[in-house]
Amino acid sequence: MLGRKVKSRIYVLVFLFITVAIIIFFVLKSLEENVVYFFSPTEIYNKTDISFNQKIRVGGLVKEGSTSKNETTINFTITDLKNEIIVSYNGMVPNLFSEGKGVVAEGKLRDKKYFVADKIMAKHDENYMPPEVSKSLSESN
Amino acid sequence: MLKFFFPNRIISLNNKIISGLIIVMVLTIFVGTIFSLIISPPDYIQGDSVRIMYVHVPSSFIAIGCFSFIGAASILNLVFKLKFVSLMAKSIAPIGCIFSLVSIVTGSLWGKPTWGVWWAWDARLTSMIILFSFYLAYIFTWKFVEHFEKANKITSIIAILGLFNLPVIKYSVYWWSTLHQPSSITLTSAPTIHYTMLIPLIIMFFGMIVYSFIIFLMKYKTEIMKIKSNKKNNK
Repeated sequence: MLGRKVKSRIYVLVFLFITVAIIIFFVLKSLEENVVYFFSPTEIYNKTDISFNQKIRVGGLVKEGSTSKNETTINFTITDLKNEIIVSYNGMVPNLFSEGKGVVAEGKLRDKKYFVADKIMAKHDENYMPPEVSKSLSESN
Repeated sequence: MLKFFFPNRIISLNNKIISGLIIVMVLTIFVGTIFSLIISPPDYIQGDSVRIMYVHVPSSFIAIGCFSFIGAASILNLVFKLKFVSLMAKSIAPIGCIFSLVSIVTGSLWGKPTWGVWWAWDARLTSMIILFSFYLAYIFTWKFVEHFEKANKITSIIAILGLFNLPVIKYSVYWWSTLHQPSSITLTSAPTIHYTMLIPLIIMFFGMIVYSFIIFLMKYKTEIMKIKSNKKNNK
């Protein structure tokens, strides 16, 4: 049904496809550190090649009850439910920043437990609902 | 149905059909806008800034969908050497390109009040910029390469290379940690969007698809007519 020329073109294409896919896979794998947008507290904890002077990002949930504010600085803890890291930030956090919700902090590590941020981003999940629905969900819980 | 896209039939596409589609599109977008801006509720976390979603999400889907079509058409063209399939791909590229730009801009406008930043070089956002670049490369190659067959070959290769970016866009939010959240609408699980917000989203999606189809038809007819008039002139 398929002519010989067509068949050979299909074979060439399939071969090129598989080759390019494998190349892209390995490129992405080796660039992984740069492709991820942030590290979790556990990844920071396990990381062996951290330099305390380079800019990195840490992300996770804001631990409930961990926020403390004074005049200029806000301190809070980022947790991934396995490990934690304390973050300190000078400035105003985004509107969506709140305890129990996602956050990404960009800055420098003081040590494996303490992070000084110069930028805070709020991360939200993929759930969308009206306020009434959210209220009735949390009431039924 | 498919025969309609063959060159000889598309010329017969009269303005009545396009006018009809335009009416459908205007009504749909009008209803969708009323739903999006007024009838639908604010989000429990984001408030009213969620309403950008009704433009951002459909644009993103259309941008990726159009490029999938271009990639598939390019494969068909390289394997079976079907000229009109290349012309279809050429005709759908500009609208896909515009929607990828709309996706990026509306996403940025959405990011500022929610994430706190206009932009972040995470995998999802970066791969969308890459998609936009592929669109530009594809369109400009058709524009600036004189010889049709040469342009056809180069654009087909650009499109097929760009195909590899599409799964990266889709799965970026699962493969790596990103600022952008995972998908709310998937093929395999229930949507995580409440129905009061899902309905305007679907309406806007439908309206924008009809719009893309109209633009595609108009461009495709022009392309076919160009080829036919070139043939006539060369005789």
